[in-house]
Amino acid sequence: MLAWTIYISFAGALILALMPKGNAALARWFALAVAATGFAIAIAGFAAGAGQGRVTIVDLPWVASMGIRFTLAADGISRVLVLLTGLAATAGVLFSWNIETRTNEFFAFFLALIGGVYGVFLSFDLFLLFVFYEIAIVPKYFLIAIWGSTRREYAAMKLALYSFVGSAMVLIGLLAAYATSGSHSTGLVDLANANLPVSFQMWAFPLVFIGFGILAGLWPFHTWAPTGHVAAPTAASMLLAGVVMKLGAYGCLRVAIGLFPHGLDAWGWSFLGIGSWRDVFALLAVIGIVYGALVALAQSDFKFVIGYSSVSHMGFVLLGLVTLKQIGVTGAVLQMFSHGVIAGLLFAIVGRVVYERTHTRQLDELEAMHLGKRLPFAAWAFVIAGCASMGLPGFSGFIAELQVLVGSWNAKPWWTVAAGIGIVIGVAYTWRALQKAFFSDRLPRPDEHPKEGWPKFDPITWPEIAATALLIAATVLVGVYPRVLLDSIEPAVRSLLAGGMQ
Amino acid sequence: MNYADLFRVTLPETALEIAALLVLVADLAFLRKASLQAREMVASILGVVGCGAAVALLPLHAGGGVSYPGSTELMLSTGGYSAIAQVGILMLTVLTLFLVIGSEFTQHVGEYVAVLLMAATGGLLISGAQDLLVIFVGLELLSLGLYILTAFAKSSEKSAEGAMKYYLFGGMSAAFLLFGFSYLYGLTGSTNLHEIMRGLYSGNVQSASPLLYVALVMVAAGLGFKVAAVPFHLWAPDTYEGAPAPAAAFIASVSKVASFALLIGIGTAAVHVFDNLRNASTVTFVVGPIPKYVGFAGPWSVVVTLIAVGSMVLGNLAALAQTSVRRLLAYSAIAHAGYILLALGYFSHSTASTNAVLYYILTYGLTTVGAFGAVAVVERNGGSDRMDAFLGLYKRNGLLAAVMMVLFLSLAGIPPLVGFWAKFNLFAAVLGVNRGVVPFTIVALAVAMSAVSLYYYLQVLKRVFVMPAADPTPMKGNLVTMGVLVVIALAVVVLGCLPGLLQAWMGSFYAGM
Repeated sequence: MLAWTIYISFAGALILALMPKGNAALARWFALAVAATGFAIAIAGFAAGAGQGRVTIVDLPWVASMGIRFTLAADGISRVLVLLTGLAATAGVLFSWNIETRTNEFFAFFLALIGGVYGVFLSFDLFLLFVFYEIAIVPKYFLIAIWGSTRREYAAMKLALYSFVGSAMVLIGLLAAYATSGSHSTGLVDLANANLPVSFQMWAFPLVFIGFGILAGLWPFHTWAPTGHVAAPTAASMLLAGVVMKLGAYGCLRVAIGLFPHGLDAWGWSFLGIGSWRDVFALLAVIGIVYGALVALAQSDFKFVIGYSSVSHMGFVLLGLVTLKQIGVTGAVLQMFSHGVIAGLLFAIVGRVVYERTHTRQLDELEAMHLGKRLPFAAWAFVIAGCASMGLPGFSGFIAELQVLVGSWNAKPWWTVAAGIGIVIGVAYTWRALQKAFFSDRLPRPDEHPKEGWPKFDPITWPEIAATALLIAATVLVGVYPRVLLDSIEPAVRSLLAGGMQ
Repeated sequence: MNYADLFRVTLPETALEIAALLVLVADLAFLRKASLQAREMVASILGVVGCGAAVALLPLHAGGGVSYPGSTELMLSTGGYSAIAQVGILMLTVLTLFLVIGSEFTQHVGEYVAVLLMAATGGLLISGAQDLLVIFVGLELLSLGLYILTAFAKSSEKSAEGAMKYYLFGGMSAAFLLFGFSYLYGLTGSTNLHEIMRGLYSGNVQSASPLLYVALVMVAAGLGFKVAAVPFHLWAPDTYEGAPAPAAAFIASVSKVASFALLIGIGTAAVHVFDNLRNASTVTFVVGPIPKYVGFAGPWSVVVTLIAVGSMVLGNLAALAQTSVRRLLAYSAIAHAGYILLALGYFSHSTASTNAVLYYILTYGLTTVGAFGAVAVVERNGGSDRMDAFLGLYKRNGLLAAVMMVLFLSLAGIPPLVGFWAKFNLFAAVLGVNRGVVPFTIVALAVAMSAVSLYYYLQVLKRVFVMPAADPTPMKGNLVTMGVLVVIALAVVVLGCLPGLLQAWMGSFYAGM
C-alpha cells in the first residue's frame, strides 16, 4: 500500500504539468488532495505496519541482465520517515497557498520532489534508491531558481551541484560495491550479505557516507544548506530542511552503515584520539552542532538563523548514527522526524507568516515592528516552535536529543560534552531570534516610522492555521508519547545494527 | 567469396544507393516547379522508404558475412553488433531526414538527401567491415558525404568555414589512418583485421614493436578524428556550429554510431585473436600469461584510454565556457566520446562491453538528434543558437521546453532517463573487465566529470525555464519536427524507465551466433 505514495505523487505531478494554465485555485486544491492522500496512505501504512519487521511491498525484476530489481519495502525506520514526508508535503502545500506565478508548475515540481523522497525511503534496492535520490535533485533546482528569493539562481545551482557531487560519490560507491560483490544483484539485502572485503569497506564507507552526508548537512559540506534554505520559497525550504536533508541522513544509515559496517572498525592506529572513520565523522558531526549554533547566533537575517540551526540539528542526527549504539541510532532516527517537523514549522513561520507580511527578514528591522503585538499568531507559533527547537521536554526534540546524547556518552563521553555545549548555544540563538523578532522593546527610530501609520498586515489565513496546527500537534504528540514512533524505530534499528540488513 | 554472396550481404547498402538516385531523379526531373516544402517532403519520404527497405534487407541473424576466397576470415561481417549498429544508423538517419522537412537552409533538397543517404551507406559499410581496405573506403564514403552536408547552407559563412575546417582536418586524419594501415599491412602481410591481430603476436613483429606503436598511434589519430576525441577534436565545435541543423544532427548521431561500431569491430578482433586457434585442433596452444604490451590489444588499450581521459576532461571543462548551444553540444559530444572510449579501452571478451558501447551510442545519438532538432526550431524563430535565444522558452513553446528538459537531463545522466542507464551500463562494463586501481580511478573521474556536466546543461535549462523571455511571442515549430522531437523525448523517457527493453532487443541479435 505504501508504494502508492510514490505513484500518486508522480501521477499528480504529471497531471499538474499537463493541466490547463490559469486556474491557480484548482492546481492548489489538486495538489493538496494529492499530498493529503499521500499522508493518509502513510498514516495507514504506519498503523498497519506496527509491530511488523520489514515488509516487502513490491518486488519485480527491472533490469534483468544486471540483476536490478524494483524492490520496495518498508521497515520501522522507513515507515516513520514516510510519515514525516506525508506530513511535510501536506503542510508544504498549505503554506504555498499564496503562490500565484506559474502555480501548476510549482506544484508539479513540488510533487515530483515528494515522489522522489517517498521513493528513497521505500527502496530496498540500492540502484532504485539511487534513482529516486537523483530524481529529487532536479525539482529542487527549479523550485528555488524560479520561485525563490535572495540570490536564488546562485543558491539553486549551488544546491544542485552539491547534491550531484554527493550523488556522484554515491554512484561510485554503488558501482564499486556492485563490481566487488560479484553477486550480480543490487538489492540492499543481497549486497549486505555479499561479504564485501573489509579493505573495500574501509574506503567505500567514507565515500558513501560523505556522499550522502553532503545532503545531510555534514560539516564542512553543509554550505549549500543555509544559502539554499534562505533562497528557497517557503514550501521548498520546508521540504529541504524537513525531508531532503533526511534523505542524506537516511542514506548514511541505510546504505553507508548498512552495507559497509566494517568501514566503522578501528584503523588499528590513532592520531589525536581519532582511530576510525567513526571518530572522524563523530568529530565532524560535533563540529557541525557547535559551529552551526554559533553561526546562527550571529545572523542578522531571520531565515539564516533557522538555516544554520538546521545544520546544528542535523549534526545530532549524524552524531547519533555514528554512535552505533541502539539508543543513539534510535535517537538519530527520531531526531530526523522531530527536526523535519520543527524545522518545517520554523521555516513556515519565518518565510510565510512573517516575511510575506513584513517583506523583510532582517532582525534589526523586525525589531522595530513589534510583531508580538501585531502578529500574535506568528509570535505564539514561534514561541512553541522555538521551545520545541531548543529541546524542551514535552516536545519531540527533547526525547530525540536526549537519546543521542545518552548514546554518545556510552560511546565517547567528550562527544556528549561538546554536543551539550551546542544545545546551550541553541537555546541562546533561538531566544535571541525570538526576542528580536517578536518581543523587542526597541522603539522605531523616526526614519523607520511610516508616514501614514503602521500598515495593517493581511489577516492570517486558514491554510496557515491548519498547517501550523498540524505540525505543532505532531511535535507535541511525539514529545508527550514518543512510544508511538519508538515502537516502530527500535526493532528496525536493532536488526540493522545486529546484522546489517539480514 | 563469390560476388553473389557479396551482393546478398550488401543489399541494404544497395537499397540506400538506389533510394539516393531515386531522390535525385524525382527532385530534379519531376519537382522542378514544386514548392520547397513539397520537395522536402517527397525527398525525405523517399529517403525514409529507402532506409526502411535497407532495414528489411539487413541480414539480421545471419552471424556470417562475406569471406575472402579460399579463407574463412570475414571481410564484411553481418549479424551481432554490426546488425545492431546498422539498424541504429538507419533509424537515426530516418529521424534526421524528418528534420529536413520545413527547413530553409538550401534549395537543393534532392542533392542534400542523396548525399545524406550515401553517407549513411558508408556508415553501414564500416559497421561490418573487417578489412582495412573496406574500412578505409567506407570511412571515406561517410566522411566525404559529411563534408558536403556541412557546407550545404551556402548562404552561411559559418557553414563554409565549418566545412573547410572539417575537410582539412578530415583529409589529414585520413592520411594518418592510411599511413597507419600501411604499417600494419607491412608488419603482418594482411589487410584482414583478424589476421593482422594474430600476425602481431609473431616474433618478427615483436622485434619491430616501435613500428607497431607508430602504426597504432596513427590509426588512433585517424579514428579519433571521426569520433571527435581529444586531441583530434578541433573540427567539432566549428562544424557543429556551422553545419545546417539536420546535417549537424546527422554528424553527431549517425556518423558517431558508425565510427564507434568500427571501433567495436577492431576491439572485438583484438580480444578474440586466439579464438580460432583454440578451435583448430591442429594447433597446440600454450596457455600462459601473455605479456601486456605484446600484440595489439594491450598497447591499443593504453592509447584509447589516454584519449578517453583527455576527451572527458577537456570536453566537459571546455563546455562550461560556451555561450552557443551548438558549441556546447559539440564539447559535450567530445566528453561523451570520452566515456565511450573508456569502455573501448577496457574491452571485454564477452559481449558486455560491445553492448554497453552500443547502448550508449544509440541512445546518445537519439538524444542528440532531438537536441539539434530543438536548436533548429529556436534558430528558425530567433535566428541564433546563442543561449540567450532560449530565454523564457517555457512561455513561448511549452512543449519544446519540456522536450528540451528531458533531452538535456538525459544527456547529463539524470535517472530515470535513458542517458543515466547508458552511463551506468558503460561504467559497470569497464569495472567488469578490470577492477584494478587504475580503471577504478578513471571511472571515478568520469563520474565526477559527469557531475561537472550537469552545470552546463542546467545553464541551458535555466534559460529555458527560469529566466523571463526577452521576446514573449509564441514560438511555432514545424509540425513534423515537433512530432519527431516528442517521439524522441518519449523514447528517452520510456527506454529510461524500462532499460531492459533495449538490452533485450540488442540481445536478440546474438541469438544465432
